[in-house]
Amino acid sequence: MTAIAETLDFDEVLEHFDPVLGLEVHVELNTNTKMFCGCANVFGGEPNTHVCPTCLGLPGALPVMNGKGVESAIRMGLALNCEIAPWCRFARKNYFYPDMPKNFQTSQYDEPIAFDGHLDVVLDDGEVVRVGIERAHMEEDTGKSLHVGGATGRIHGAEHSLLDYNRAGVPLIEIVTKPIEGMGHRAPEVARAYVTALRELMLALGVSDVRMDQGSMRCDANVSLMPKGTTEFGTRTETKNVNSLRSVERAVRYEMTRQAAVLRAGGSITQETRHFQEADGTTSPGRPKETSEDYRYFPEPDLVPIAPSREWVEELRGTLPELPWERRKRVQQEWGLTDEETRDLFNTGAADLVAMTVDAGAPVAEARSWWVQYLTQQANTRETELPELPITPAQVARVIALIGEGTLTHKLAREVVQGVLAGEGDPDQVIADRGLEVVSDDSALLAAVDEALATQPDVVEKIRGGKVQAAGAIVGAVMKATKGQADAKRVRELVLERCQ
Amino acid sequence: MNVIKQTAAELAARIHSGELSSVDVTQAHLDRITKVDDQLNAFRHVDAEGALAAAAKVDADIAAGNPPASPLAGVPLGLKDVLTTKGVPTTCGSKTLEGWLPPYDATVTRKLREAGVPILGKTNMDEFAMGSSTENSAYGPTRNPWDTSRIPGGSGGGSSAALAAFEAPLAIGTDTGGSIRQPGAVTGTVGVKPTYGGVSRYGLVAFSSSLDQAGPCARTVLDAALLHEVIAGHDPMDSTSINSPVPNVVEAARQGASGDLTGVKVGVVTEFSGEGYQQGVLDSFQAAVEQLRALGAEVVEISCPNFAYALPAYYLIAPSECSSNLARFDAMRYGLRVGDDGDRSAEEVMSASREAGFGPEVKRRIMIGTYALSSGYYDAYYGSAQQVRTLITRDFAAAYSQVDVLVSPTTPTTAFRIGERVDDPMAMYLADLCTIPANLAGNAAMSVPSGLAADDGLPVGLQIMAPALADDRMYRVAAAYETARDAAAGGALINQIPEL
Repeated sequence: MTAIAETLDFDEVLEHFDPVLGLEVHVELNTNTKMFCGCANVFGGEPNTHVCPTCLGLPGALPVMNGKGVESAIRMGLALNCEIAPWCRFARKNYFYPDMPKNFQTSQYDEPIAFDGHLDVVLDDGEVVRVGIERAHMEEDTGKSLHVGGATGRIHGAEHSLLDYNRAGVPLIEIVTKPIEGMGHRAPEVARAYVTALRELMLALGVSDVRMDQGSMRCDANVSLMPKGTTEFGTRTETKNVNSLRSVERAVRYEMTRQAAVLRAGGSITQETRHFQEADGTTSPGRPKETSEDYRYFPEPDLVPIAPSREWVEELRGTLPELPWERRKRVQQEWGLTDEETRDLFNTGAADLVAMTVDAGAPVAEARSWWVQYLTQQANTRETELPELPITPAQVARVIALIGEGTLTHKLAREVVQGVLAGEGDPDQVIADRGLEVVSDDSALLAAVDEALATQPDVVEKIRGGKVQAAGAIVGAVMKATKGQADAKRVRELVLERCQ
Repeated sequence: MNVIKQTAAELAARIHSGELSSVDVTQAHLDRITKVDDQLNAFRHVDAEGALAAAAKVDADIAAGNPPASPLAGVPLGLKDVLTTKGVPTTCGSKTLEGWLPPYDATVTRKLREAGVPILGKTNMDEFAMGSSTENSAYGPTRNPWDTSRIPGGSGGGSSAALAAFEAPLAIGTDTGGSIRQPGAVTGTVGVKPTYGGVSRYGLVAFSSSLDQAGPCARTVLDAALLHEVIAGHDPMDSTSINSPVPNVVEAARQGASGDLTGVKVGVVTEFSGEGYQQGVLDSFQAAVEQLRALGAEVVEISCPNFAYALPAYYLIAPSECSSNLARFDAMRYGLRVGDDGDRSAEEVMSASREAGFGPEVKRRIMIGTYALSSGYYDAYYGSAQQVRTLITRDFAAAYSQVDVLVSPTTPTTAFRIGERVDDPMAMYLADLCTIPANLAGNAAMSVPSGLAADDGLPVGLQIMAPALADDRMYRVAAAYETARDAAAGGALINQIPEL
């Protein structure tokens, strides 16, 4: 058997095939309580501490719908330009798995709460792509399995498994796109941009934390290829475990090149679930779906139908915040930013923080520079998100003000920020504790200048002879003597005055 | 005075007046259980300690001059083993729940405790309430106190046998297709299936969620009404619980006992007679109809043509729901676990545990339901059955536009012999022929003793049905009939039961 190349060159893929994508994104809602019981909806916690008879599926326990969850689903549907069902039900999706307490998932089947919408997605070059939304439906999350022993961390080969039901019953919305066709080489980018746009939308709506690293936003990418010139979709694979925006793009790209290699070698694609490998950007086969699993859906008899009144839906429409793409446009105009500056502002997630810093009195340019550059680097170093950094917009505004007053140099300002990030208190506190204030007392500075001049009479002569640039040596000596706390500009002025 | 032969109303009056103590009354019933239950197997578990503690609290309250917690405070009761009791075994008649101690009380259990009703123990039943004879209990059949070679009906045979044998003055049953009424009929006791949603299902281990309804069992209509009042009412823990006032069933029972039914229109369901009906049952039913007429009721014949399809529709809907409801018994969190030898997978342990834990009738229904919900069969089976359900509801609506209540025999035959129908499921299912329509429509229905069949000397039940939320209407008719029948027969039917 001749070895088949595992992947085909990306450009070659596009010579022969058109990719078709379908993205399924699960978003955990940030409601106070779970979807069908009163347990706290919080990430983590000691295993099996946020549980009750209902979310453990104990005999006799019953679900009661979380009205806030329904409200979030409707708002999400409206923001995605969907129709909102005037009447719909939950259904039971029946399958056995140890982390699912009832061995059925309470979900929605043929009656989703929201359907037939779209989301406009801005690509890196500013091109806007409209992604069709098939449906958005409500369901509950499962518990978590931890498979101990065995090489893969999966259930097969494990010595034993631990189950944590804290997540069981957490409200989820699943958003399913219509097939995304005709994107060609931009398909991977479109996938990432779509998930990014969805994430921003959820943040703007305030309905979810959308932390991909914590699983509160999860993406399954369906990818298939159809030979150029044909219209019938190829066999698709569903790649799971795609846990970052970058991974979405990589996973789609990898699947395109992998499937193309198989097809070009005369093989056929197996309809299956695949797992994305973060380490090398490849996908590996999961369970093959020989027959499509029969979930035996039927309407959930323990819950009553959901019939949101038109009045309520319109009232919720009125609560929709300014949506991300509208806001992007407005901010760009108001602050006079270039496309690139706007993109960086929003892609780093700094827009809100910059706005709040500006509200606290800082000029736009400085506020933007601090958040988009220095603080974004700090967040990356700490492997956290910008909003999670332990510094507030007000503190950043204070630092900027102190620079403006000449109390801090830029170098010192970064030290102050480091102090704030280290939990040493407000900027003024850090300055006091670390003794960081710029030395601006001219008499103290003059003493240092005179001392430096006295030790370097040759330099004084040069300056007096017109070689003004020679002053740098004196300024350097003064800065050294004042441990960098002097304002170098003022030192230079004093040196020149003394040499006249 | 023989304490155990008193009605609940009489016992309550004597306990509240201080003439009898609840502890003495409770102890008398515990003694009776000790004496006769070996012959009957009506109780799965006796909680003498819990019952006596509850009784002592009632006595202390009364001694302190406090008003009784409810009109039934101090009167003990048998609870069907399908309702959860915190810290007290709840097996549902199944091996799979042997040894399980629920961490929570069903709402019905809680209401009974709050009403000061001592719970003597848990009564035997067909496994997961699937059956019409209590022969499907994994813990052996219950025997009919009228003739211990015969079945006490099912699934709630333990509750009705306990009443007939004077082991308890009150009991709770659950009725999915007749499991309260049919045992009531064949043991000469009263059994009521309230309107669906009238009594909370929270903590009632589900067989078929859209049909299950807990209700009162007693030896008189008034006792049933008093118990109905204690357990009924809206429960926020059950989404299908009706949020409207409980019909005044106690008042209706008292009013009915005065005996006048002038102005009441009674419909005789023509479909419930003829082939398959025991002559003694039909004769007893005819006599009952004549009795109603004599009380002033106007009697007319009513045809409900779709009732003929009730049984097949029921045997698709109930198994479908049960196949999903019973999926949770997978040995992962509670209950019997078999085959966990370290070599088998979770799926294999689940499978082995379910194989060992469920009896043949439960397995039969899970398989029927799984099949009926399968992709490609759903519309033909589950879908059609739901349509039949709609038609039956319409038949009821049409009937109730002409009459106030409907009547029929409760069950086509008197108690059959233990073992007679175990190998013939269809014959067994026919026992619920007349009771199923009310479950499918969610209406109220009850069975009241109509005497002994002339051909075999065993009890016969008269079924009285009423529209949803008109439970009071059937209590009025039942109480009037009971008073008249007992007067004509020279006493209550239960007095004719042979001594054990």
